[in-house]
Amino acid sequence: MTEFIDFISNNLQMIYIVILMIFVGVEIIGHVPAVLHTPLMSGANAIHGVVIIGAILVMLGAEPDNILALSLGFVAVLLGTLNVVGGFVVTDRMLEMFKKKK
Amino acid sequence: MEYIFSLEFIYLIASVTYILGLKMLGHPETARRGNLIAAAGMTAAIFGTIFLYQGEVANIIYILIAIAILIGTVIGWMVAKKVGMTKMPELVSLFNGMGGASAALIGLIEFHHYIGDQLSILTIIAGMIIGSVSFSGSMIAWAKLNGTLNKPLRLPQYNIINNIFLLGIIGFGAYIVFSGSDSSLFLYALFFAALAYGVLFVLPIGGADMPVVISLLNSFTGLAAAFGGFLYGNMVMLTGGILVGSAGTILTLAMCNAMNRPLSNVIFGAFGESSSTPGAGGTIEGSIKEASASDVAILMNYSRKVIIVPGYGLAVAQAQHIIHELEQLLDSKGIEVKYAIHPVAGRMPGHMNVLLAETNVDYDKLVEMEDINPEFKSTDVVFVVGANDVVNPAAHNDPSSPIYGMPILDVENAKHIIVNKRSMKPGYAGIENELFYNQKTSMLFGDAKAALTKLVAELKNM
Repeated sequence: MTEFIDFISNNLQMIYIVILMIFVGVEIIGHVPAVLHTPLMSGANAIHGVVIIGAILVMLGAEPDNILALSLGFVAVLLGTLNVVGGFVVTDRMLEMFKKKK
Repeated sequence: MEYIFSLEFIYLIASVTYILGLKMLGHPETARRGNLIAAAGMTAAIFGTIFLYQGEVANIIYILIAIAILIGTVIGWMVAKKVGMTKMPELVSLFNGMGGASAALIGLIEFHHYIGDQLSILTIIAGMIIGSVSFSGSMIAWAKLNGTLNKPLRLPQYNIINNIFLLGIIGFGAYIVFSGSDSSLFLYALFFAALAYGVLFVLPIGGADMPVVISLLNSFTGLAAAFGGFLYGNMVMLTGGILVGSAGTILTLAMCNAMNRPLSNVIFGAFGESSSTPGAGGTIEGSIKEASASDVAILMNYSRKVIIVPGYGLAVAQAQHIIHELEQLLDSKGIEVKYAIHPVAGRMPGHMNVLLAETNVDYDKLVEMEDINPEFKSTDVVFVVGANDVVNPAAHNDPSSPIYGMPILDVENAKHIIVNKRSMKPGYAGIENELFYNQKTSMLFGDAKAALTKLVAELKNM
């Protein structure tokens, strides 16, 4: 139990963020028309590409002679970039189609 | 200190762009700008992380990062630009898998750096499991959507097997965390087990439910990214990840809602149970009436109102341009034409709108299900092109049908129904459709593009 309380007090800021972000996410999606579900999913898909920042941090923190970490990190950055760039570009292409609305 | 401040500041701005971007994506007028804003925030966060990093970093590492980002950008950009609009859903799935894999790899690398720090190991293991499941699951979803894997594969009692397997993975993960083990063998065993679970999880789910699965895996990847944020105390990963995790979950539920099926039903597969006994409500009585292109042309030529119901078959045949031509032709003859868009027509909610908008179909002619359903009564001809399950009356009449309860387009109320299909093969959900046996229905067999081209030619001659 003390461990649990320690955990809470040590990470209070992050716990706040997690809780608030959950509500923000729920509120944002609330009443979106079905037409926009696909672009929205695709846009959210691009945003979780933020995982690339973790991959970059892995690379930056790795020892230059740790080949395994560097190669895995390299792949992680590459895949993360694919997620981000591909995600945003695909979303943009989908939305391009909607602009001709009168 | 100053450095930390400015990087934290960039992260803060980036987090705001994600929220703003997602919010704007929810409205047709602002959606495109919202996407660009989020992309700008992401770019700033990525470059900030690289250039404001404090600590000694060998040049070779910077070079490697630059190469990885460059390759990823070029490939991602080209693939996203080149791929046809019909392939969008599987592309989203593919990119989602990449993110999941990235999260899993981070876990694999960082594990040994945090031995002894139980909380960090917990976040690493959790992020790795979720990322791996998201990766392999997305790959299976991708293969299913592009047709490589088109039948749901089921082991006997797959639900029980899957759940036991999942519990095993969680137990194994917990063991690694609490025993403080530093075994690489265990780590990789867990990694591969999680990958296998992703495969087992998605394989039994029918192709028609893939959008829901992708949306769910999308929120999984968000969660995996958030665990990474927790590990590094990195706010932008945490906010972005949790935001997508929560928004993705709501979106998943909204999609299930549109199909009027609970999420548990999608995952634990009622589709599976019944599609093994097709036409669960007994065989369908009646016979099929076939019509030629000129029959249909005559019928349409003397109508006042025509409603087109497009489905994925239209997209597969690349017939969206010719259907637009048909619509304009009818319009020029003074016939009222509308498109009835079922929320899950195509392979993803809203997919049909995107496809038709691409061919410049007037946005106002695309009518959503609730608005068009009352109009069928006053419609002379309903033209169903490549759609099947979304017009299947079994959703109303047959409680034993797997799609029972799903809202459908009430095309039966129209005076005449023309269905264009390649053959009598059941639709994506693998269920028979009694609509085809309806007295008012005539079948126009053939590939959508070829059949429509003939139809347009016949109409032009009238």
